[in-house]
Formats: sequence, C-alpha cells, structure tokens
Amino acid sequence: MGEPSVGPNRRGRPATYFQTLPMRLEYFQMIDRVAAFDEAAARLEAQSTVPGESPVFEGHFPGHPLMPGVLLTETMAQASGYLILGLCRFSHMPFLAGVEKAKFRSFVGPGAPLAITAELVHQGSGYAVTKAKIRSDGKAICDAELMFRMLPFPDGLSARMREQAESLGLMLEAA
Amino acid sequence: MASTFETVANIISETCDIPRDQITPESHAIDDLGVDSLAFLDIAFAIDKAFGIKLPLEQWTQEVNEGKVPAEQYFVLKNLCARIDELVSAKVA
Repeated sequence: MGEPSVGPNRRGRPATYFQTLPMRLEYFQMIDRVAAFDEAAARLEAQSTVPGESPVFEGHFPGHPLMPGVLLTETMAQASGYLILGLCRFSHMPFLAGVEKAKFRSFVGPGAPLAITAELVHQGSGYAVTKAKIRSDGKAICDAELMFRMLPFPDGLSARMREQAESLGLMLEAA
Repeated sequence: MASTFETVANIISETCDIPRDQITPESHAIDDLGVDSLAFLDIAFAIDKAFGIKLPLEQWTQEVNEGKVPAEQYFVLKNLCARIDELVSAKVA
C-alpha cells in the first residue's frame, strides 16, 4: 500500500484533518480525496492511487495485476455519489441504479494515479444522472453515464457519510 | 411534430423493449406493460430530456402511496401524457 494521501488545507483545518486511508479495493474504499467540488458547475474532481498490493490482484489476473472494470465503475460511482451528496446537501442517499455507455479504454495496474471527474447530467425527481470518467497520467481509462436512485438515508448512515465525505475533503459552503 | 403520446410510447418501447404496437393510450405502464420502478426511472429520464421538464415522481409516488390519487392518474399513458402536457405548458407560461 502507498502512503496515506493528505488532502488540502481548507477553512483553517490542519492538513492532517484530511488524512485518510488510501484506496483499498477489498473494502470498496475507492476515493483517496476530493480535490475539487464546484457546486455551481455541478462537478467534482477526486483522486486515488491504485494500491500496490491487494487480494483483488491475486485473481485479476495471476501474475498480471489489473484494476477490474467493475471496480473502476465503482470508483466512478463513488465520485458521482459524493458529487450528488454535495449538491443535495446530504438530503438523500444516492444508490447506483444504472450504468450506461461504459467504456474501458486503457488498463491500469498497481500504483497508477487516478484522476476521477463526475458531472451532473440531470437532476430528476428521486433520481440523478451523472457522467464520470477516469484518467491516469493524462490517458483516458474509462467513462460511463451513471444513474442513481435518491432515497431517504437508512438509519445512521447520514452521519457516517457526512463524516466520510469531510474526511475526503468534500467541504460545503454555507447555504 | 410527434404527439406527446407518440413520443412517450416510443420512449417506452425503446427503453423497455416492448413492441410499439402493444402500447396504447389506455395502457397502464405497470399493470399492462410490466414496467418496473427501475425501468420507470429510465423512462422518466428520457421524458425529462425529450420535453425539457422534470416529472415530479417523488410527489406522485407520495400521493399514490397515501391514497390521495389513484395510480391510474399517473401510470395510464393518456393520463401521463396529459400531466406531461401540463408541465410543458407551465414551463412555457
């Protein structure tokens, strides 16, 4: 595993406040930090580094470790999820409901830096649609259009999600 | 220019892989056409885009669940199209 990522120093909080565990595939911990959240443009940028080692790579593939497409999709979904949470100010929890037009354009393996972007395509009533993509060292890795069903938070999850989002660096301006 | 019903019927046909000739203004999207809630989200997204509106699905669901409005009011296609026309008119006004 790589060194823990350290997020930006915002609102006077010490940089260590944003220190988080790095990407851990087996725990579905896909985002290292939120690098930018533009509420007006409905756009979020996130960063991660593919871990150097993971049990996932033992099977995918033996002796030839590659980040599975399903986990790249999950990474795009999580970035989109934080975007939606920021836009709706944690009023609802977005659950992945659909993946359209998914393209996996290049391979990525252990140690690769990932730049993830998510943009809101449409905010419907009870659902939201995003476009997300991942690049690594300037190279297009994958992109997809994702649909989320917006549901009331299950008990206790709202606080956990807020805490996790803040720890990743997703800070919301006062309404 | 296609009528509201033609546009909606084509969307349902393409989204849910239902033969177009099985879709009539009297069809109930759920009871007759078997559209499930997830497929209805895809339909709503396509309708929102096609008409430049935002179908108030959360409000409709709440009204139906509370027994204030029969589901037919929103899910029989001729009624759904009337609601769409109202939303389009409200947007233009």
